[in-house]
Amino acid sequence: MAITVGDLTRPRGNARSIRDAIATGLMATSVVLVMIPLVLVLTYVIERGSALFGWRFLTSDIPTTRSSGGGMGPAVAGTLLITGTATAISVPLGVMGGIYLNEYGRNSRPAVMLRVLTDVMTGVPSIVMGLFVYTFLVLRTQSLSGMAGALALAALMLPVVIRATEEMLRLVPDDLRFGSFALGSRRATTIWRVALPAALPGIISGALLAIARAAGETAPLLFVIGITSKPNWSLSGTNTALSVQIFRNATQPFEGAQQRAWAAALTLILIAFAFTILARLLSAALTRRSGAF
Amino acid sequence: MPPFAAETLLHDRDRRGVATDRAFRSVSVVAGFSVLALLGLILVSTTNAAWPAFSAQGLRFFTSTTWDVPKGEFGALAFAYGTLIVSVIALVLAVPVSIGISLYITEVAPPRLRKPVIYTIDLLATIPSVVYGLWGVRVFAPWIDPRYESIAGWFDSIPVLNTVFNGRPISGVSFMTAGIIVAIMITPIITSLTREVLTTVPSSLKQGAYAIGATRWEMIRGAVLPHSRGGITAAVMIGLGRAMGETIAVALVIGSSSVVSARLFNPGDAMAAVIANQFGESTGDYRAALIGLGVVLFFITFFINSLARVWITRGRRRAGIL
Repeated sequence: MAITVGDLTRPRGNARSIRDAIATGLMATSVVLVMIPLVLVLTYVIERGSALFGWRFLTSDIPTTRSSGGGMGPAVAGTLLITGTATAISVPLGVMGGIYLNEYGRNSRPAVMLRVLTDVMTGVPSIVMGLFVYTFLVLRTQSLSGMAGALALAALMLPVVIRATEEMLRLVPDDLRFGSFALGSRRATTIWRVALPAALPGIISGALLAIARAAGETAPLLFVIGITSKPNWSLSGTNTALSVQIFRNATQPFEGAQQRAWAAALTLILIAFAFTILARLLSAALTRRSGAF
Repeated sequence: MPPFAAETLLHDRDRRGVATDRAFRSVSVVAGFSVLALLGLILVSTTNAAWPAFSAQGLRFFTSTTWDVPKGEFGALAFAYGTLIVSVIALVLAVPVSIGISLYITEVAPPRLRKPVIYTIDLLATIPSVVYGLWGVRVFAPWIDPRYESIAGWFDSIPVLNTVFNGRPISGVSFMTAGIIVAIMITPIITSLTREVLTTVPSSLKQGAYAIGATRWEMIRGAVLPHSRGGITAAVMIGLGRAMGETIAVALVIGSSSVVSARLFNPGDAMAAVIANQFGESTGDYRAALIGLGVVLFFITFFINSLARVWITRGRRRAGIL
């Protein structure tokens, strides 16, 4: 019997092709498998959270644990204030650190070591950052504050921003830098006026992803910001955050407290998704533009 | 040297230029080294605060399972055991699924499906730990509670397994529940690192496998996986580090019981969860012991991550990236 090319490239019905089909099936199954918890978590949060969610929920003061209804105004304020401050601290520092790694350090020994350390630091458990700020700041000043929380989150965001900046700067072709040097610009001018603007959308996208992660963090805030039931827009004095409120209310037996936990979870997910989508849109715009490189 | 016109023109601005240039460089060097400084500060500051507990407990801190607050005995072994068990369960569940997803994205999926699948997996990483915890303790644990009993029934007559798949969860919270929730949470990171490794497999290797008549699965087994073994191991180790440090979700679904038990359906406790659950009510040596748990956690995760990252860096250099 003549063997056609089709038979050779696509063996059918024998043990080998069956094994191939099973393997492919298992791979597709793992994708489906991981979608299940995603869909389930989102449906429950939206379904249970929407009962209380709304403008009043986002702005009213936190009632006592036993009472029903009420809002999470102080926690919304705290999350925005603390995450915002953490961003203001970690992004400038992280961008400069990324500039060092890609523009000055490159493959020098210290840069290679710092690159590994930065990656390692992204794996340090977030609760350790909380303990660090507690022992370093709270114990010394004897005061819980939003600032302490912001520092813990900033420590968590810093390595992420550094690496995102570095990766994006690496994508900027050296030709652009050479062009700038050829016009007589100094190193700093070249980096600030040429390399950084070219990498900016990517850096902002990386920073937004870091913010999305930081906004949902609980462990670093748990014992450094204290608690409050009135909004506190100041960095000093005790504060609270959505994540901490969810943690405190999750195991409360009272229906009202649980409802507030679900609505706070919905708020937190909306914040995190908003920043993630913004980051995606930015990097999509970057990909479209990258033909210019 | 004869003065060029351009040079005299630029002279004043140039001085400032040199100064700005140097200042910019210094600021960036300081920022780059801030990570090193921060890691050093974390180490010194937390170890210092935990010292009273370390010196009072001595080796007992690592070898005793007795965590008796009124007596002032703080042995962390039961919690270390819990951390290990939860991490192992999480890895056993998450690693095959993560490798499967990565292979699907890099080898099977049509190009237009790749991005959507990647984005969806990344969404899992965007959901905060505390939301997984809330869902875990309010929805998942009560749902799985009666099912643990039937699962225990299947393994009833098989030695070893009838101990492992056994136990009495308290309304669904247990080692197993915590392990499952953590598995969901570490899948995105293992997947994205594994995917990165898989894309570095040279296409000449894959084409070679196809050329000698391999099916896709044979190509994956013969070319892709052997080439990626080191990188996947590193990804798994980073996943392990994440699992060990996972705090809030575990604190809500593990059950807070300091008992060493091989029965996975029993409630237990883990290091990070203990810190989160007990810190608020602690004082003095008790608090120092909790900070000590954090120090141990820092050392373990730092070690695991360093090993994995050095591994990845070497692999990248070998693959010609970087």
